Amino acid sequence: MAEYSRRGFLKGSLAAGTALGAGLGFPNVLKAQETVKIGVLHSLSGTMAISEVSLRDVVLMAVEEINAKGGVMGKKISPVVVDPASNWDLFAEKAKQLLLQDKVAVVFGCWTSVSRKSVLPVFENNNGLLFYPVQYEGEECSKNVFYTGATPNQQLIPGAEYLMSKEGGAYKKFYLLGTDYVFPRTANKILRAFLLAKGVPAANIEEEYTPFNHQDYQTIVGKIKRFASGGSACVLSTINGDSNVPFYKEFGNQGLRSENAPIMAYSVAEDELRGMDASALVGHLAAWNYFQSVENANNKKFVQAFKAYAKKTNLPGGDRRVTDDPMEAAYFGVYIWKQAVEKAKSFDVDGVRKAVYGQTFAAPSGTIRMHEYNHHTYRPVLIGEIMKDGQFKIVSRTKGLVEPEPWSKYTSPDKGCDWVKHQGTYQKKA
Amino acid sequence: MRYRLVVLLSLVAWLAAAAAGHAATTAPSPEVTQALADLVGEDADRREAAVTVLGQARDPKWLQFLRALRDGGVYARTRAGTTELVVGGTKATRGDQDVIDIVGAYDREPLGTVPLAELKEVPADRRLRLTIKSFVDADETRAQLADPDPAVRRGAAVKLGNQAEIAAVATVEAALQKETDRWVRHALTEALGLIRLAHGSREQRVAAARTLGEIHSGSAREALGRLAADPGASPAERHAATQAIRRLERWSLLTTTVETVFQGASLASILLLMALGLAIVFGLMGVINMAHGELMALGAYATFVVQNWFRATWPDRFDLYFGVALPVSFLVAAAVGLVLERGVIRFLYGRPLETLLLTWGASLIIQQGLRLWFGAANVDVSSPSWLSGGVPVMVDVTLPYNRVFIIGLATVSVAATYWLLFRTSAGLRIRAVTQNRAMSSCLGVRAGVVDATTFAFGAGLAGLAGCALTQIGNVGPSLGQNYIVDSFMVVVTGGVGKLAGTILAAAGLGGLTKGIEPAFGAVFGKVAILVGVILFLQRRPAGLFATRGRNAEA
Repeated sequence: MAEYSRRGFLKGSLAAGTALGAGLGFPNVLKAQETVKIGVLHSLSGTMAISEVSLRDVVLMAVEEINAKGGVMGKKISPVVVDPASNWDLFAEKAKQLLLQDKVAVVFGCWTSVSRKSVLPVFENNNGLLFYPVQYEGEECSKNVFYTGATPNQQLIPGAEYLMSKEGGAYKKFYLLGTDYVFPRTANKILRAFLLAKGVPAANIEEEYTPFNHQDYQTIVGKIKRFASGGSACVLSTINGDSNVPFYKEFGNQGLRSENAPIMAYSVAEDELRGMDASALVGHLAAWNYFQSVENANNKKFVQAFKAYAKKTNLPGGDRRVTDDPMEAAYFGVYIWKQAVEKAKSFDVDGVRKAVYGQTFAAPSGTIRMHEYNHHTYRPVLIGEIMKDGQFKIVSRTKGLVEPEPWSKYTSPDKGCDWVKHQGTYQKKA
Repeated sequence: MRYRLVVLLSLVAWLAAAAAGHAATTAPSPEVTQALADLVGEDADRREAAVTVLGQARDPKWLQFLRALRDGGVYARTRAGTTELVVGGTKATRGDQDVIDIVGAYDREPLGTVPLAELKEVPADRRLRLTIKSFVDADETRAQLADPDPAVRRGAAVKLGNQAEIAAVATVEAALQKETDRWVRHALTEALGLIRLAHGSREQRVAAARTLGEIHSGSAREALGRLAADPGASPAERHAATQAIRRLERWSLLTTTVETVFQGASLASILLLMALGLAIVFGLMGVINMAHGELMALGAYATFVVQNWFRATWPDRFDLYFGVALPVSFLVAAAVGLVLERGVIRFLYGRPLETLLLTWGASLIIQQGLRLWFGAANVDVSSPSWLSGGVPVMVDVTLPYNRVFIIGLATVSVAATYWLLFRTSAGLRIRAVTQNRAMSSCLGVRAGVVDATTFAFGAGLAGLAGCALTQIGNVGPSLGQNYIVDSFMVVVTGGVGKLAGTILAAAGLGGLTKGIEPAFGAVFGKVAILVGVILFLQRRPAGLFATRGRNAEA
């Protein structure tokens, strides 16, 4: 699969190169000889391939766009695509290979937190640069990573806040349901602390986990039903991947409805909905920083470009492909890096890192800004309602951008992340 | 605070006028004209009052307008000094200009396509959206109460009960008079009881508490608890509430038991369906079939293909697809099983370890084939309408149709397998070959044919299981891997070679899982079950029903 796609990409860039040569004349072709290597570190096989392949696709699309406009500082970007095969140890190995052997200027990659944790020492010891595009549980502040996805306060808490608000239905009881691994556990820890801080009594919060690939949600839905009788109860779900369909189906079949007990999902996006019969999910909610249905000119261009790219390079799914939050974050990450390189006038990691601080970009979700010192990203927060076609109807949107907080103020009020005045994570003075 | 009161009062007035019909007029009344003018203005209080005026008009067209306003689709257009409100439709880019289709605010008459720059969006801030929401919600609830689908009507009734607003009494009573469906009536009675409990007089509260107890209203548990502990309530009220709570607790014990038993039966039937084919292939033929899970996946994909075919050629008969998919998935998996058996497995009888490796290889080939053909992502199989939703059997207990169906399918499959093995001459030959291959061959049984058909039958059962699984889970290339461990666990626990053991093991494991899951949670429930199985196999290595006698070692 990796081979196949790389060939597809080669064809694409070849075509682009020819077009460029024909259009712009000789000097540009000469310039095109000079290249800068970047690494793409996403699983193309194994369990995570379903999610990560789309990120590889969108990064390569951004590269193609940038190359078509002349590259970065006159140099063409040459992507080195590797396949860590959903294997956490292999992630570290491949990262090492990218940094030491291929000597890439920057790496775009990882999805799961465990894969990120596995490559973290590699990037820190070799002073590499990683752009990480997925929403995550926070509690991390690495000098060598830029996090373009959401921190807990940019997704988890606005989602719960919306359900607590009058507009969202003024829900008072919360069922925290997740798959049993690091993100849901940490997410629910933060959510619980937040809810308690907002005066929700502990008796109104229920927490439960299921194994990966759990299929039988009878007991849990039965519990939720009893929990929700009496009204004003909702579910905050960090259920991952495959388990969502059986969960939502059982939920509907046992007579629960989104009007009375809505589910706010933190791990269901457009790309996951492609493989689902969405009819059981209609009316339930999700919190993200981007939806394909965002209305603005940049997003329209982005969605169309991706569909065209998928069709042109013969990606499976072709122009029926969709865009979602992590894809958007992966996409604008490439541009942020490009702008930072141009500002620093060098590919040197330390220079680029400083140039990233405060960088803005007109992303598909609206104009976003890199944080001035904590390596995360200011992003808008959106709440969407799932529709029958697997798209989201946006029902709420924050005014302006939300500041990222890698250390949640509800679970770690004494910690901060600052790479300008401090050395990463520091203790806040009381 | 003041504006909330205004909204509430207007809502009361509005709901009370539920039967009065709406005041659709061709020419807008002066209030409406004024409201529209205020809406464009800057004064937040007047804008809110304007929304209230439009909402109170109880006119579906104005409600539609308010929805558009909430979603940010209303624009002001100023032409020749006068400002009018229009509703925006599809946007497009023409040249370097963004254009938009617009329609009239009330009658939705098309007004052509204009550049977006000529319009000014009428913003709906949070306060305005909340005001609109109360009107739109009330309208939606009323529409839902008149919906032909009883499940929708019931949902609306439950919502009204949970909100327990006094203003809704008239609506609920009116709906209750027309309602015929037993469960919707129940929900409406419950809603009425909850409203009376919250807002009624003392006598009404006593009566409501009694009614809520009689109808076993789980939703009322909290409200009744509050009343029973309320020092301001009369002794009669507290007594009635306490009595009702006692009734509810007894009822909840009953419903939990019924639910757990059903859930156990459902899980058992799924395990049984998955393990049945394996029990035949592994138990009777001694082939450790690692490809069993992939045969299930084949059945599931066959269902997907049949579904797509129906969707493309017979969209109006879509619900029937599952009836066709069942035999098709059986046949597809059986055919693949036949090829597998005739192609390779037959050369390896009596060498279980080699068959293990071989079928493992086959499973990888099938899996990768599915991945290449259908893609690595999951595919979506929609449930036919007759397998969506559930049947309410008693208050608080709804049995999902898909699970009831699978219990039925498992029962039929087991019965058919028994009949085939013990009541037909083909079954006699299968049993003979299983017990003593050489002797049966001597007596004229064509062992090869028997092997092939037995294997194909086992594979077909796997396909059938795959087809059934599409109704409760995902369909993807790795579907088989998720289920193969459970299938083997059932067969091994039951005792190799004994169908009765498989059935009993499925029932036992299903029931046990569901029995301990509420207390342990899903993760530890699974751990506990595995530990239990290991300990059990330590005591009885041959499983529940050990094969005894001369062929025990075969």
